[in-house]
Amino acid sequence: MSLIEITEVKKRFGSNEVLKGINLDVDPGEVIAIIGKSGSGKSTLLRCINGLETIDEGSISVAGAQLLPDELHLKALRLKVGMIFQQFNLFPHLTAGRNVMLSQMVVKKTPAADAEAMARKMLERVGLAQKFDAYPDQLSGGQQQRVAIARALAMQPIALLCDEITSALDPELVNEVLAVVKELASEGMTLLMVTHEMRFARDVCSRVVFMHQGRVHEIGPPEAVFSSPQTPELQQFLGVL
Amino acid sequence: MVYAFDYDWIAQYWPVLLKGTAITVELTLVGGVLGVALGVACAWARAYGPTWLQGIVAAYVELIRNTPFLIQLFFIFFGLPALGVRMGELEAANLAMVVNLGAYSCEIVRAGLQATPRGQFEAGASLGMSRLQTFWYVVLIPSLQRIWPALSSQIVIVMLGSAAVSQIAAEDLTFAANFIQSRSFRAFESYFVATLIYLLLAILLRQLLRGIGWTLFPKRAAL
Repeated sequence: MSLIEITEVKKRFGSNEVLKGINLDVDPGEVIAIIGKSGSGKSTLLRCINGLETIDEGSISVAGAQLLPDELHLKALRLKVGMIFQQFNLFPHLTAGRNVMLSQMVVKKTPAADAEAMARKMLERVGLAQKFDAYPDQLSGGQQQRVAIARALAMQPIALLCDEITSALDPELVNEVLAVVKELASEGMTLLMVTHEMRFARDVCSRVVFMHQGRVHEIGPPEAVFSSPQTPELQQFLGVL
Repeated sequence: MVYAFDYDWIAQYWPVLLKGTAITVELTLVGGVLGVALGVACAWARAYGPTWLQGIVAAYVELIRNTPFLIQLFFIFFGLPALGVRMGELEAANLAMVVNLGAYSCEIVRAGLQATPRGQFEAGASLGMSRLQTFWYVVLIPSLQRIWPALSSQIVIVMLGSAAVSQIAAEDLTFAANFIQSRSFRAFESYFVATLIYLLLAILLRQLLRGIGWTLFPKRAAL
């Protein structure tokens, strides 16, 4: 059985239909890259999967948790999928360690000592053990994004959604974040990432989804998608890169 | 002409002045703490609450911000007894200050809330926090930090405005100055001393608020 099941999902913003019937099943441990032009609906699809956007038609479920628009169901879903954002979205008034501890204590009611142990473990996992007491604005963009990854991991999700997580980074900081993601992938974490890092998608992903005008236009293993694109749209997209 | 200062008389009125000062301080602390708490609750309601509550809070805020404090005070102390709501002058003074600061701080805090990047709510939500948890643990402190100077000024204004409560015979510092003046006919000295005490209180209050800011907000947090 698939871990994430996306069935005939449609999403409209007013009269603008952004997702026009998406079907996508993701197996445990898969690493999926979602590529496509801006406006193709790739970020919206990702945001739908953990309920940041509501869907108008179709269904989404993650490990049995259905996407339904009430707080109880949303919480159950969000405990299973973590999300990492382009702009990091760390909490500016909390240290890196506190950022990682907060949701454990508030949502899971984990005792502070246990939450701190988990936070230290996760920060170490992303290579930032020594930054526990640093505030977000004392960290570089790459470090902030790695804290954000640690924060999501501390909730022990079964899948991670990455929404253009390296797009706001200076070029020299991209690799330290991608290295962490690669490490997660090799440990078997299920990953869905919207990305413009084509080389990374080719090296690390098990499948690549090319979205075009609100539909999954082409899907397949990276070799197939990148080496022999079938549709003119994908050929053009890869050509203009 | 040169005015002959005479401060010897003041010794006998020290207890009156001290009591008045204590009451002004009490009114300010109670009004400040409860008023800001009310303001934060109202700001939450107006920014994120259900529509019916937003309407009620908006009406309250507009009513208070567009009428004089003195009239609010008179209404509470002289007007409400007609409805059977009676209270002493100190309770009335406290209530008026809380209600007044609540309305002004509501708008100040709301400005801070509305400057919150949407990503903060999304980060909270994606971690499984409810909207209220995200507000309380994530959004509130940086919002207060943004507007802390404005809020501090408003609290000082309310402290100085508390002079009006002498008009319902609450025995605050202004009441004490009036009382001493009427007994000693030393208007200059009475109000000069009251002025100095208010000035001192205001400076101390600003320092206190700055100190609270330093402990509440980490120095390095960028917004």
